Amino acid sequence: MPRLRRLRFLAVGAGVVGLAVACAVAAPWLAPGDPYRQAISDRLQPPVWAVDGNWKHPLGTDPLGRDILSRIIYGARISISAGASAVAVSMVLGVLMGLLAGYFRGMVDAAISNLVDVMLAFPFLLLALAAVAALGPGFGNMIVVLGLTGWPIYTRVVRAETLKYREREFVLAARALGVGSVRILRAHVFPNLVNTIIVMASLEVARMIILESFLSFLGLGIQPPTPSWGSMLGEGRVYMLTHWWLATFPGAAIFVTTLGINLFGDGLRDVLDPHRVLTSTAAARTE
Amino acid sequence: MGTFVARRLVRALFVCLGISLITFALLHVVGDPVLLLLPQSASDEDVRLLKEKLGLDRPLWAQYAVFLGGALRGDFGQSLFTQESAFALIWERMPATLELTFAGMLVGLAIAIPLGVVSAIRRGSLTDRLCTVGAVAGQAMPIFWLGIMLIILFAVIWRVLPASGRGTPAHLILPAITLGAYLAPLTMRLTRSGMLDVLTQDYIRTARAKGVGERVLLFKHALRNAAIPIVTILGVQFGRLLGGAVVTETVFAWPGVASLAVKAIRTYDYPVVQGSVVLLALLIVLANLLTDIAVTWLDPRIRLEDRGA
Repeated sequence: MPRLRRLRFLAVGAGVVGLAVACAVAAPWLAPGDPYRQAISDRLQPPVWAVDGNWKHPLGTDPLGRDILSRIIYGARISISAGASAVAVSMVLGVLMGLLAGYFRGMVDAAISNLVDVMLAFPFLLLALAAVAALGPGFGNMIVVLGLTGWPIYTRVVRAETLKYREREFVLAARALGVGSVRILRAHVFPNLVNTIIVMASLEVARMIILESFLSFLGLGIQPPTPSWGSMLGEGRVYMLTHWWLATFPGAAIFVTTLGINLFGDGLRDVLDPHRVLTSTAAARTE
Repeated sequence: MGTFVARRLVRALFVCLGISLITFALLHVVGDPVLLLLPQSASDEDVRLLKEKLGLDRPLWAQYAVFLGGALRGDFGQSLFTQESAFALIWERMPATLELTFAGMLVGLAIAIPLGVVSAIRRGSLTDRLCTVGAVAGQAMPIFWLGIMLIILFAVIWRVLPASGRGTPAHLILPAITLGAYLAPLTMRLTRSGMLDVLTQDYIRTARAKGVGERVLLFKHALRNAAIPIVTILGVQFGRLLGGAVVTETVFAWPGVASLAVKAIRTYDYPVVQGSVVLLALLIVLANLLTDIAVTWLDPRIRLEDRGA
């Protein structure tokens, strides 16, 4: 795909991500109402364009009369922070393990690589569900679980990259000069991996947002009355046969946000990895 | 080939051991089954009695040995709620999960492979661009939402398909489409890039120069060689599909192992949770092993590289 078009995707992705972050940060100013305020007289109002809809609740209300648009805007806080925090935990753990396995090789590599194989053989979602069940629901536990189950993907990539860099001249020279392993990893190997890690992490945020939503959808993540897209979708599922908007809008918010993040991550990869772009351009030229 | 398979088997056995250890540790070390089973008002005596009854008063290594020994015989203990054998409960639901997984795989492949091939042949065209945008959108789609949207459209508004349950082929359509939509985007992208790699090879150019027809060129020369990455993907995707089955079974109330596991997790019926997680993970290990063997059979270079390593 031509680079210009990819950059356009990056811009669209950045716009969507920016909007979601703006919703999360400025929720009190953007939301038309209080996301917790219940009004039984207003319960199950349809969206504004439906026959009985009104501008007071543009996306309608839930069974407790709470404004859906306000809850979706506040829900961005949970989804974005859960996605980013889970990625931070898994990234730190995965990168550390990958650096150790790739640089030291031998027994350390064998132990870590085998652990990665075991983790990747698990049905990830079931593992996360079982871990949340063992720890109990809640935001903190959910982040720990998502973080602890998401690290192997970083380890696998970082290990492969570290294996490549440990044989490069600048690393061999540093080793010959007596530089310690920790410093070599920190000052010489890690800076070369930053771009790869940033791209992976940006794409992983989308996956973590979907996982967080699913855990909350099942009632194992964010607990009511805190507004989260997943729990709103879970509540809406009960009413999907009669009140379609309850499940539709929170799900659309998840979809649009993860789509934006994926476009942003894909575009970022092209910007931060010019080699890949040059290769694909060269391949296109040979056609 | 024999050495290669033996090496992979040993690796698979090691992975199985790791799976059993992590599952056990998760439920017995991270969480305390007794505290989760008893009400908060339970006395110390109640805790002690239940621990004794469930054999949880023994040292952890002894508990793990009992669990592992039982697992090897297919005995994961009894469900804490129905008192039935956990293995029997899981085994009874396994056909439903496999039926859904294979149906989802079929739907996913039926969408992904033709679109991937067409996209590669018409690189840069409007079709290619639409397929790529569709794949990016598909990868961002939360499948539990897609499932709900399909229910609203096909079961509520148009009333042409059942919303949940299992029984007739009609019951399978919406869950299979949902699961297939989960598999299709990545498979389509990988098929496209695999085909693009093959289509630029010298032997394709030579065959074309010799006057081989496009159809034969595409199906006999290109697709057969692009099949290696596709088979590899299928093996890896099987694990993803089983993960996707957790979501799909929950949304469509499909009576499979995954929905049983989710229910058991909610009620902390840990023998059923342990058994479900271990058996589903074993299925994934088996799928990966068969994929390794299939890929090696398709491409002997992999076997030689493995020997060299």
